[in-house]
Amino acid sequence: MPTGAATAIVPSSQVDDPASPVVRFGWDRPLVLDSGARLAPWQIAYQTYGTLNAARSNALLVCHALTGDQHVANTHPVTGKPGWWETLVGPGKPLDTERFFIICSNVVGGCLGTTGPASVNPQTGRPWGIDFPLVTIRDMVRAQAMLLDHLGIDTLFCVAGGSMGGMQVLQWAASYPERVFAAVPIATAAIHSAQNIAFHEVGRQAVMADPDWHGGRYLEAGVKPAKGLAVARMGAHITYLSEAALHRKFGRRLQDRDAPTFSFDADFQVESYLRYQGEAFVERFDANSYLYVTRAMDYFDLAADYGGVLANAFRGTRTRFCVASFTSDWLFPTSDSRSLVHALNAAGASVSFVEIESDKGHDAFLLDEPVLSATVRGFIDAAARARGL
Amino acid sequence: MPTDPRSLAGALSSPAATRIDLLFVADLVEPGARVLDVGCGDGALLQLLAERRGVDGRGIELSREGVSQCVARGLSVIQGDADIDLADYPDDAFDYVILSQTIQAMRRPRVVLEHMLRIGRRAIVSFPNFGHWRIRLELALKGRMPVTENLPYSWYDTPNIHFCTIRDFVALCDGVGARMERAVAFDSGGQPVRVSVPWWVWNLFGEQAVFLLRRN
Repeated sequence: MPTGAATAIVPSSQVDDPASPVVRFGWDRPLVLDSGARLAPWQIAYQTYGTLNAARSNALLVCHALTGDQHVANTHPVTGKPGWWETLVGPGKPLDTERFFIICSNVVGGCLGTTGPASVNPQTGRPWGIDFPLVTIRDMVRAQAMLLDHLGIDTLFCVAGGSMGGMQVLQWAASYPERVFAAVPIATAAIHSAQNIAFHEVGRQAVMADPDWHGGRYLEAGVKPAKGLAVARMGAHITYLSEAALHRKFGRRLQDRDAPTFSFDADFQVESYLRYQGEAFVERFDANSYLYVTRAMDYFDLAADYGGVLANAFRGTRTRFCVASFTSDWLFPTSDSRSLVHALNAAGASVSFVEIESDKGHDAFLLDEPVLSATVRGFIDAAARARGL
Repeated sequence: MPTDPRSLAGALSSPAATRIDLLFVADLVEPGARVLDVGCGDGALLQLLAERRGVDGRGIELSREGVSQCVARGLSVIQGDADIDLADYPDDAFDYVILSQTIQAMRRPRVVLEHMLRIGRRAIVSFPNFGHWRIRLELALKGRMPVTENLPYSWYDTPNIHFCTIRDFVALCDGVGARMERAVAFDSGGQPVRVSVPWWVWNLFGEQAVFLLRRN
């Protein structure tokens, strides 16, 4: 397990001056948040792939999940790993960077270059910490809309994303229906369930129980709540898998030993794996960002903004939707996608829905799932034909 | 579980007859209408309707493969079970709700038909006629459930759990209070059986039937 020592406060270089293009909005261009707070000045970091056509009609926005970032299809500047959605995004891939101008930005509240709790509060000259205003999924989408305005992109050919990225896709379709031609929400829901809020709360409490959290002011103390954040990640990671996947990958196999050690060492492979996931995560993610972004998901209830009727969020929409879920995903189960599809139907929206057979749990949306690739490719190609691309 | 009832359209009749069946259904639909195809298979009918009649079409299909083929055609199709999911559609959401070669695979055909008449202003149902003389002959002479080139399933693995004859279907229409606006039967050559002939002739020589219904 990582110690709480002041090893590199890693993302800090990425927080203010990331390895991505950044748009900085001054005091005159605040991001007005759902909480009522006005964030200014603020900045948004993003990556782009491909070329915007002359008609500016081939822009495709990818929205990242809770612990994702804008590095969707390039080597990650901190981890050195491939982009998080290279299964779907790249040259010749279903989200084809040779045909589309693909944009992915870090969410507000994040820690890879868009303003978040690790950024400096201009009024105090110190990191925001938990003085940073609470943000919502709608705030994230508002920030993305300001980025697109800045880039001179009026309408998006498509918005795509999984999990929390899918929530942003739905928010885009609800908030800016005229700007979204096609929407691909994957393994997501229009409302965050009580069970998911419960898991998030466990993770947040783990972070806050770490003495190195320092009431949220750990950056000034030169430490980070690595143990707490690692535990949060370990717990969350279990929810991204499935019983079948854990059994297939690890079973009860022992880690580099022939017999149990009669200790609390990581005897089992599954323990070793989770510890590694926890350690790796704290190297690239800010603990306070984890609190803020999980909170944003908890607050997500799209229907609540429309009189409690989800269909009203999509009333009169001309956006075409392609919804996908996975059979073994118990974090965002198929029933969530079905509720969404029923609402879209009730609104008269053009919607396709497929439930993909997989034992890989929620994580399946990030993995090489041929049926997901084929479905997204079929939908995108047909939508591009309809769009004249 | 029935996996792909639409494959029956091919199984029950020659391709030419299937074509005529779909074309006839397409001709019943007014241009530009909103259409829901229940059990839409690979989307052949929805695509035909979009191309020929310019409809705003939607589909429900049980098989994931069928949905994927539909999505690739640019159709809006939901993976789902008509026996369950039709209940979630609002009243009068469509001009036409179509059930093409699928009613025999439904667990509750009567409930499905009632939902169709509720969701759509009109319903179109096409189905294989189990009263056709060749099927009657199979049963009468061999004493076995018919298994033929056109009906390849054994009784224990068929997706078709609710076969009916044309007369049976007419009785169901009466039972749910549906008004028959048009009804046509096709013989094994895919030719329409003349409208002027009595019901028993239809029921004997019609290999498939197509009904256009509306709520009474």
